[in-house]
Amino acid sequence: MADKRINKAELPKLLERLAQEHEVFAPARDGSAMVWSRVEPGDVLELEFTNTDLSPKGFLFPQTERLMHFKNDPEDPEGMIMEAEPGLPGKRLLLNIRPCDAKAFKVLDKVFERDEEATDVYWKDKRDKTVLFGLACKDPCPTCFCTTVNCGPHFEEGLDALLVDLGDRLLVRPLSETGERLTADLEEAGQEDTEAATAQKEEAEAAITRGVSMENIEARNVLEEYEHPCFDRIFEPCINCGTCTYYCPTCHCFDIQDETQGELGKRYRTWDTCMSWLFTHHTSGHNPRGTKKDRVRQRFMHKFKYMPIKLEGSIGCVGCGRCTSKCPVNIDVRSVVNSMNEQIGE
Amino acid sequence: MKNPYLPYPVRIRKVEIATEDRSLRTFELEFLNREDAEAFDYLPGQFAELSVPGYGEAPIGIASSPTEGEHLTFTVSKAGLVTSKLHSMKEGDIMGVRGPLGKPYPLKDMEGKNIVILAGGYAVTTLRSTMVWLLHPDNRDSYGEITFVYGARTPGMLLYKDTLEEWDQRSDVNTYITIDNHVEGWDKYVGFVPQIAEEVAPSPENAVALICGPPIMIKFTQPVLDKCGWTGDQIIMSLENRMKCGIGICGRCNVGPYYVCKDGPVFTKAQLDELPKEY
Repeated sequence: MADKRINKAELPKLLERLAQEHEVFAPARDGSAMVWSRVEPGDVLELEFTNTDLSPKGFLFPQTERLMHFKNDPEDPEGMIMEAEPGLPGKRLLLNIRPCDAKAFKVLDKVFERDEEATDVYWKDKRDKTVLFGLACKDPCPTCFCTTVNCGPHFEEGLDALLVDLGDRLLVRPLSETGERLTADLEEAGQEDTEAATAQKEEAEAAITRGVSMENIEARNVLEEYEHPCFDRIFEPCINCGTCTYYCPTCHCFDIQDETQGELGKRYRTWDTCMSWLFTHHTSGHNPRGTKKDRVRQRFMHKFKYMPIKLEGSIGCVGCGRCTSKCPVNIDVRSVVNSMNEQIGE
Repeated sequence: MKNPYLPYPVRIRKVEIATEDRSLRTFELEFLNREDAEAFDYLPGQFAELSVPGYGEAPIGIASSPTEGEHLTFTVSKAGLVTSKLHSMKEGDIMGVRGPLGKPYPLKDMEGKNIVILAGGYAVTTLRSTMVWLLHPDNRDSYGEITFVYGARTPGMLLYKDTLEEWDQRSDVNTYITIDNHVEGWDKYVGFVPQIAEEVAPSPENAVALICGPPIMIKFTQPVLDKCGWTGDQIIMSLENRMKCGIGICGRCNVGPYYVCKDGPVFTKAQLDELPKEY
């Protein structure tokens, strides 16, 4: 697929084209926060930002989502029988999504769509109806480390198209049939555009200087890594607030709860967090992860040891750095992973 | 595409108080729709989420065997929100069942082998299913000797008494039913499951053991089997952990990289020896 380009002055036209078939969402400034916001033709797109505060995972896996409902009346012959909620009525497009967040969707596909017999239909419905137009990072933030976790500032996997900000114009690289179709009207990029994009990619990659190493974590068996002495201190500052799990674009744990209001009964799922002791608490009172150490270890073992075993090598991290920048006690995921990777006994 | 979160509607066909302390009830459920009954294709060792609209779901081992027909049997301990509500429900009430979930006992791999079953307390449920399945005329000849040891605190805490009596009468299964302390009129075994297992001293030769019971029973049964020469890959156990989705996504029931709901609940002792003890 050939690279395209668009002058920034013509962006409204592109937005108009995309909005013909999709509800379009894009990062927008809200005070000091960067949030995902609905954009309409005529709106000005924000291109100067590092990333949104919250990842876009809520588009496919909402913080609270109604799964089904029922008539809460045992006497009614139709009562007490669950009915699934309908899917999305139309298509969506996430414009200017960062490559790391798109990669996170690819990781979560392996979780939610792992088993054909038990595919998470709520994830799949929204996933299949969501188009992703990425915006490459030209200026990674100090907590970014995507280049050492199988991702990168210009990473293309999972995107339908990648935009690269080249000053007065954008390079538009279609990466799927959908991306190609939606950008068909744009003019072909020149060689200088493609070269400028490549130069920006190299510069952005070089700007990321702190990363993680995982070769020892990978080589050890589960119990060896689980018993790594680093876990005796990593948990100490943690207050089990769960902030990291909510900000993380690949954290996918959830709870299911029922609610009734008169005759209307509903079953919801909500984001949950492995940092909570209730998460694994048995009704008997027994708790297999009863201590803070157990829970902190679970989060990092899950992402960097368990997920690769289950998901053909995919780790549960894309290097977006949100957990590090949002942690109230300054736990840096890079330090944690590098500690987990240290030689044991030294 | 099938929605794995949507329970099949079922009707409670029968409820029975299962133990003298009234903490357990046995429910027989029938599907409202024929096609759901057909879709619910299960084997012993699997479980289901019992879904009580308005209260939630609880993962419970299936106590019936598919050889018994289309109804499902569950014996439920009154413990939390969902199971307490279940205990107040009556015959004819509508609820839901989601499953079958998890992997069954490896019945195929067990063919041609002697089977030793050790059960304690109400963990006997999926082993009842297994016994009924093994003793069915279609299956019995595929297996060697069958030994069944089952213990409860008192005679009144034994589940499925009629069925136990039936097995005790059969010549093709060695049944050892035991209670903790002797009581008037009791003519079967007395002692904890590990003690009885020591007396029986099951041979590990060409054999598989299925063990299900409270942690304390498993802790003291293990040395007995070790002494008899059993190895970890011959010992099959069933775990439980807190669950929600039942399909390996919601993230809470894992033991190391494996989800009890999806990759288990059945694991060999050898597998568990290589995993954190987070169960």
